[in-house]
Amino acid sequence: MAQPLVKKDDDRDEEADYSPFLGIEKGAVLQEARVFNDPQLDARRCSQVITKLLYLLNQGETFTKFEATEVFFAVTKLFQSRDIGLRRMVYLMIKELSPCADEVIIVTSSLMKDMNSRTDMYRANAIRVLCRITDGTLLTQIERYLKQAIVDKNPVVASAALVSGIHLLQTTPEIVKRWSNEVQEAVQSRAALVQFHALALLHQIRQNDRLAVSKLVTSLTKGSVRSPLAQCLLIRYTSQVIRESGVNTQTGDRPFYDYLEGCLRHKAEMVIFEAARAITELSNVTTRELTPAITVLQLFLSSSKPVLRFAAVRTLNKVAMTHPMAVTNCNIDMESLISDQNRSIATLAITTLLKTGNESSVDRLMKQITSFMSDIADEFKIVVVEAIRSLCLKFPLKYRSLMNFLSSILREEGGFEFKKAIVDSIVILIRDIPDAKESGLLHLCEFIEDCEFTYLSTQILHFLGNEGPKTSDPSKYIRYIYNRVILENATVRASAVSTLAKFGAMIDSLKPRIFVLLRRCLFDTDDEVRDRATLYLNTLGDGSVSETDKDVKEFLFGSLDVPLTNMETSLKNYIQDPTEEPFDINSVPKEVKSQPLAEKKAPGKKPTGLGAPPSAPTSTDDAYERLLSSIPEFASFGKLFKSSAPVELTESETEYAVNVVKHIFDRHVVFQYNCTNTIPEQLLENVTVIVDASEAEEFSEVGTKPLRSLPYDTPAQTFVAFEKPEGVPAVGKFSNMLRFTVKEVDPSTGEAEDDGVEDEYQLEDFEVAAADYILKVGVSNFKNAWESMGADSERIDEYGLGPRESLTEAVNAVINLLGMQPCEGTEVVPSNSRSHTCLLSGVYIGNMKVLVRLSFGIDGTKEVAMKLAVRSEDENVSDAIHEIVASG
Amino acid sequence: MATFLSQEACPTIKNILLLDSEGKRVAVKYYSDDWPTNSAKLAFEKSIFTKTQKTNARTEAEITMLENNIIVYKFVQDLYFFVTGGDDENELILATVLQGFFDAVTLLLRNNVEQREALENLDLILLCLDEIVDGGIVLETDGSIIAGKVATHNMDDGAPLSEQTISQALATAREHLTRSLLR
Repeated sequence: MAQPLVKKDDDRDEEADYSPFLGIEKGAVLQEARVFNDPQLDARRCSQVITKLLYLLNQGETFTKFEATEVFFAVTKLFQSRDIGLRRMVYLMIKELSPCADEVIIVTSSLMKDMNSRTDMYRANAIRVLCRITDGTLLTQIERYLKQAIVDKNPVVASAALVSGIHLLQTTPEIVKRWSNEVQEAVQSRAALVQFHALALLHQIRQNDRLAVSKLVTSLTKGSVRSPLAQCLLIRYTSQVIRESGVNTQTGDRPFYDYLEGCLRHKAEMVIFEAARAITELSNVTTRELTPAITVLQLFLSSSKPVLRFAAVRTLNKVAMTHPMAVTNCNIDMESLISDQNRSIATLAITTLLKTGNESSVDRLMKQITSFMSDIADEFKIVVVEAIRSLCLKFPLKYRSLMNFLSSILREEGGFEFKKAIVDSIVILIRDIPDAKESGLLHLCEFIEDCEFTYLSTQILHFLGNEGPKTSDPSKYIRYIYNRVILENATVRASAVSTLAKFGAMIDSLKPRIFVLLRRCLFDTDDEVRDRATLYLNTLGDGSVSETDKDVKEFLFGSLDVPLTNMETSLKNYIQDPTEEPFDINSVPKEVKSQPLAEKKAPGKKPTGLGAPPSAPTSTDDAYERLLSSIPEFASFGKLFKSSAPVELTESETEYAVNVVKHIFDRHVVFQYNCTNTIPEQLLENVTVIVDASEAEEFSEVGTKPLRSLPYDTPAQTFVAFEKPEGVPAVGKFSNMLRFTVKEVDPSTGEAEDDGVEDEYQLEDFEVAAADYILKVGVSNFKNAWESMGADSERIDEYGLGPRESLTEAVNAVINLLGMQPCEGTEVVPSNSRSHTCLLSGVYIGNMKVLVRLSFGIDGTKEVAMKLAVRSEDENVSDAIHEIVASG
Repeated sequence: MATFLSQEACPTIKNILLLDSEGKRVAVKYYSDDWPTNSAKLAFEKSIFTKTQKTNARTEAEITMLENNIIVYKFVQDLYFFVTGGDDENELILATVLQGFFDAVTLLLRNNVEQREALENLDLILLCLDEIVDGGIVLETDGSIIAGKVATHNMDDGAPLSEQTISQALATAREHLTRSLLR
């Protein structure tokens, strides 16, 4: 359908030009608002002025505090008028102005009068306004009226009170919770919307009481819920109950599944969809349970309403991620959606098809998609590209057509994110499908010939440097790379120089030609480019056809074995205090810092009565290192290898809370005891920990650092140091006794008595285990790292882990036992899977890299078996890892 | 402002927008904190308007996604109606709210659903928004009931619909609607 004619301002005629708000201006309207003060109120005029004020606010205009107060007071005068229309506008205005507490008092009595008015409209609206602006103290005054209103026979009044209750529950839950009897009654209301609001409020009141929610659902799923909205709510609550109760193990039936399935036959589409969606989201849903939901969604796919089609295809898309086979029945309907007018629907349809498609349908699909790609937005294109990437990994034989598709869209117009998605996909395909390497690299080469994004060019050049030399005919890439040196900006030129050098290092026969090219780069205008060229010319030898030194190759190809974030912090520190000393890369800590879990968006702004929340754990390693090196006794121990996470040595809520952090050095271990005194009437002095190391034969105590004074609620540390054989992962068990002098403190003055009593406090034992000698250090590409490690050091064995709760639990147990870094997200076990492979990497004491490949399998009786393959730089280390597992 | 709870919570509306043919505000109402400033709101309105302008939402309500929100929309003459919800919201509930808003406005403007008429009766539009959603929670979805609630407030003589009873008004409006659909 054609767009309506949008008339330009100047060719509108006199009449059309009129807008009631043309040339409206805040100052003038505020002047006009003086009519509110007239002794003889003109209701119509006043309404118009309020509309103008609301118009200004709606357009984003703001009032100063003074102006707002002025308007507010003027508006309160209008309660004198008996005009219903004007009163409604007054209500709106008060809500928009959101007055402060002392202003609220002024309107409270007027609103409370309206709340008890005989006019239903007044009652309903006054409740909503008052609850919006009120605070807790006022609420107790009006609580009685609100309870009455909830069971009012006028549905509008009841709804107003219930909805207000839902909002108030966030701020003053204790009051709203007292209304549950009335709310319960309202759930039985015959008015559809009242039932909906009552159900929402009742559930929120009881949401922390699982039993109550379960009862509520049980009774309502049998009864009659009238409005579709309330039915949707009930479906949501039902799936919550299902989630918490689990499957009945005897019959394999799910409680309430029948109710959900029944809702699929409801007359409102809203309810049908809500139920279908709920079924698809059940955990561990079976095909049998899924089928009826898929069937109704399939019907929606051919609806005339775009919203229905969208909802259905979006849900099916999600189902396809976990149960691709269940969705295949819809493929024909889905294919017709590729040409849907609504591009969101078309994109979802395509990506679903890509997930469910089989090998034979790939070519046909690609043809359809190609015609479709040109007229969708970048964000959709990215979704398609990602879907194609996973399809290609699923059907590696089809790489040719998929790679062609990727390269053709790479040549089309598009923004950075889109191009990056394509390049990433091609890179992944090259890495995982060996056959695709040559054609993929050539596509990338062609792309950088005309690439406007420096970031992508440098990424591709780097990748080319690593992969290009391994192809059958490396020389053909040289031209593309050298073109960059001639044509591009300095950043790209510099990375092109590095890439050239890599070719030179790897392919001896190409070396003389590379040297010619590198020498030309010596005349570049940019410092970095010249520096790199000079560096490589000097490291690669004399330019003759000769083998490159191993060290040089290591220099060119070796990865930086420190995490980049740590590198960044160290460099920043280095810059901060100027020094003559050169930066030492060995001073950068290698431990991967665990990212603090992103805090979930807290629901609402709940005032926390307990003061500030405990601060997130800061980067502890740096702090430890600084702390330890500041203690002279320990300064000679050398570089800190690893600090463990704190191990609690006391139960929570005991008199003294103590935990220990194990610091591992090459020849020493230091135990840091963090002590907290939780008794206000006591002051502890000369606090030490007496360690019994009789079960840790290889350790001998070399020193302690007592804690002079430990006042109430101020954590402090005492240390004990042990010597151990160098580089050996000595293990052992340590038992601990806290010894101190306790002095009574007068709680009123805070002064301690002079005399103290010696006392002891038994702490729990802890162990130094093998995992304490392994650093969590990740690798970016496990496969490459694994292959480069070589099979000589590999040690493989199988272990039975006995019956376990789940595969996830078993995987986590082994990861914790080894204390290594999971790679490539393999610590996550997909639900329902019966086997899993987990990749770990780490650095063993003595700076030995270790890689571990764990294969788990679980059988029907939950017996878990594990195959452990270890590769490391030293076969003794591989054996040591096996020993850890065997003894763990 | 609405508080957004977990997925089990009540369906929540993030905003309702009524824009003109240039994407400018006629009346808007935000219920969530997702767009804290006026400029953030304006930016959202601009991007959603640009994104949907080329689509045809004149016969059936259309739907799209933007910034992890689902937006259902419908256009009539030079008025553009939008309802936004979170991305795990039931699309059909949003569509029902949109339809309720749209029907109510159609009734209140006596079928002259266009920008000038809307601005001239802005008070009705604002009251209408107030009656559909309260702090993000759906109050009422039936267009005729919403219009009825708004219209009862206008008992003064010059106001629209005063001479007609609600049922009459609805009858005429339905008639108009059917006719416009058959056309």
